[in-house]
Amino acid sequence: MIVSAISVRLKHMIRFDGVSKQYPDGTKAVDELTLEAPTGQITVLVGPSGCGKTTSLRMINRMIEPTGGRILIDDRDTASMNAAELRRGIGYVIQHAGLFPHRTILDNVTTVPKLLGWDKKQARDRARELLDRVGLSSELVDRYPGQLSGGQQQRVGVARALAADPPVMLMDEPFSAVDPIVRHQLQDEFLRLQDELGKTIVFVTHDIDEAIKLGDQVAVLRVGGHLAQLAAPADLLARPVDDFVADFVGRDRGYRALGFARSGEIPVHAEETVRLGSEVSVDGGSADRWVLAVDSDGRPAGWVDRASSDDTGPAEGSRLHRGGTTAKQDGTLREALDAALSSPSSRGVIVDADGRLLGTVTAQEVLDLIEARRSDARSGAGAGSGTG
Amino acid sequence: MLSYISDNASTLLRWTGWHVVLSLAPLFIGLALALPIGWLANRYRLVYAPLVAVTGLLYTIPSLALFVFMPLILGTQILSPVNIIIALSLYTLALLVRTVADGLASVPDDVTQAATAMGYKGLGRLIRVELPIAVPVIAAGVRVATVSNVSLVSVAAIIGVPQLGQLFTSGFQLQYYTPIGLGIIGCVILALVFDAIILGVTKVLTPWRRQEATP
Ligand SMILES: Nc1ncnc2c1ncn2[C@@H]1O[C@H](COP(=O)(O)OP(=O)(O)OP(=O)(O)O)[C@@H](O)[C@H]1O
Ligand SMILES: [Mg+2]
Repeated sequence: MIVSAISVRLKHMIRFDGVSKQYPDGTKAVDELTLEAPTGQITVLVGPSGCGKTTSLRMINRMIEPTGGRILIDDRDTASMNAAELRRGIGYVIQHAGLFPHRTILDNVTTVPKLLGWDKKQARDRARELLDRVGLSSELVDRYPGQLSGGQQQRVGVARALAADPPVMLMDEPFSAVDPIVRHQLQDEFLRLQDELGKTIVFVTHDIDEAIKLGDQVAVLRVGGHLAQLAAPADLLARPVDDFVADFVGRDRGYRALGFARSGEIPVHAEETVRLGSEVSVDGGSADRWVLAVDSDGRPAGWVDRASSDDTGPAEGSRLHRGGTTAKQDGTLREALDAALSSPSSRGVIVDADGRLLGTVTAQEVLDLIEARRSDARSGAGAGSGTG
Repeated sequence: MLSYISDNASTLLRWTGWHVVLSLAPLFIGLALALPIGWLANRYRLVYAPLVAVTGLLYTIPSLALFVFMPLILGTQILSPVNIIIALSLYTLALLVRTVADGLASVPDDVTQAATAMGYKGLGRLIRVELPIAVPVIAAGVRVATVSNVSLVSVAAIIGVPQLGQLFTSGFQLQYYTPIGLGIIGCVILALVFDAIILGVTKVLTPWRRQEATP
């Protein structure tokens, strides 16, 4: 009860109210930006280089002062607050983490709690807990930042920003300086963390894919600091307001939009399987040369080409084609379609929540499902517009 | 040489003591002044060039001239060690203003940004974040200044202030090379000892650099 009362009161935690920033040299970085970042959600600012993302973000914690308009947090004008105190209540994560090179990982994370006057032991316990939570192994905590990889430093940066449990987090391209695999890992972990913590987050990126993956809502800015569109990711892909946004959102947005469409229960075909490590019969009487290998728990391990002449022997090791992706039943249509398209047998592998094989589906079947959804949506939309 | 040392032990010791004082006192004074001035030069980039130029000019004044002119400017006795200390403080300052400014500039921008975003204010940020990170650069400048002070102090022998440089003047007067050699060895050893101490202190102040890969 109390929780919901608070969340109602804080409904629009961060509010940009006609905010502008003109630098002393005349550059107009942000122009009359009006925007709300709702409590407990991730608002992503995305746009091409120089469109004023960083400037907008830094105006929230007053590292940059607006030249026009107001920024309110919980309906309080930030201009009326003490800047240093304001900042201690706002976590801030930047591209290269900006860790203090002269302090150990643990001391980096305890920085804000110490500034806030926490007890030393309490601060350290909190830091250890957070570092564990962001996935940093405990033997690294006494190292210095120079001894960590970029990805590890970035985790520490997140932990440091969370240390004093601030309700608001500002993140400026926090994952863009690491390689794509680590980036995806960090993004997934970040989403998991946010599920638990429910912070109000403003996240800056120039990567539209990242924006769509992470954002509850996405604000697309254009150069000059104009807000081009503010929408939920799926809406942004489905209905870009103008050519700029359409262009920015990208070419394969139709395909990417499938990433927001739940597949629901996909009807699957039973699939002939072979136990991992056992012999593959050359001709199982099946019409198809591809047979799926599964492990003892029923999880798919890869496809085996039984017609292959230069590759014989049990279904294991290099005999397995691991190219195909798997899609979760009740995942997204994009995953299902991708599973079919990436499968050497042209049959996409569908698994249950525990990763066990349920059956397969063809690309055509997924496409039919997509078509059915679309005609449902069209008739639904038609009915809606008829009444309006 | 050994007999020379034993014959003049107390004088040598006194001269060494003075040499230490005359080279270290200016170091501390110069560093103390260079910190705020270097901070200014870094903080307000417009004053960086003129400040570095002016302090650099100081260094081009021949030390002997400065030693001789000090009494005229300060009204001190010609033989007062204060002349040497003040003159060498100026040299140290000249060397270190630039070093301090460059050291503070060497602090990565995202680190200062992060510090500000976490609620550090001006002086706190300088002392807790920027200066500790600038230590390696500043220490390198301090090493140069120290060695330079040790050798500049011996010039003061010409105007008769007691320190190891006196070994040179007396050696030349007597056409006797033992004191000259001894003076050189003494200065070199002093410089090496100071250098080792500064290196040690730097190591203690910068534990984070020890574990990094050394090139
Ligand atoms: N201190 C400054 N003085 C003058 N102009 C500035 C300053 N900082 C930024 N700008 C200008 O303001 C505009 C917006 O800059 P900003 O850093 O907010 O862009 P951004 O969207 O974060 O870009 P990027 O994706 O490259 O980080 C740019 O044209 C930039 O050149
Ligand atoms: Mg930026």
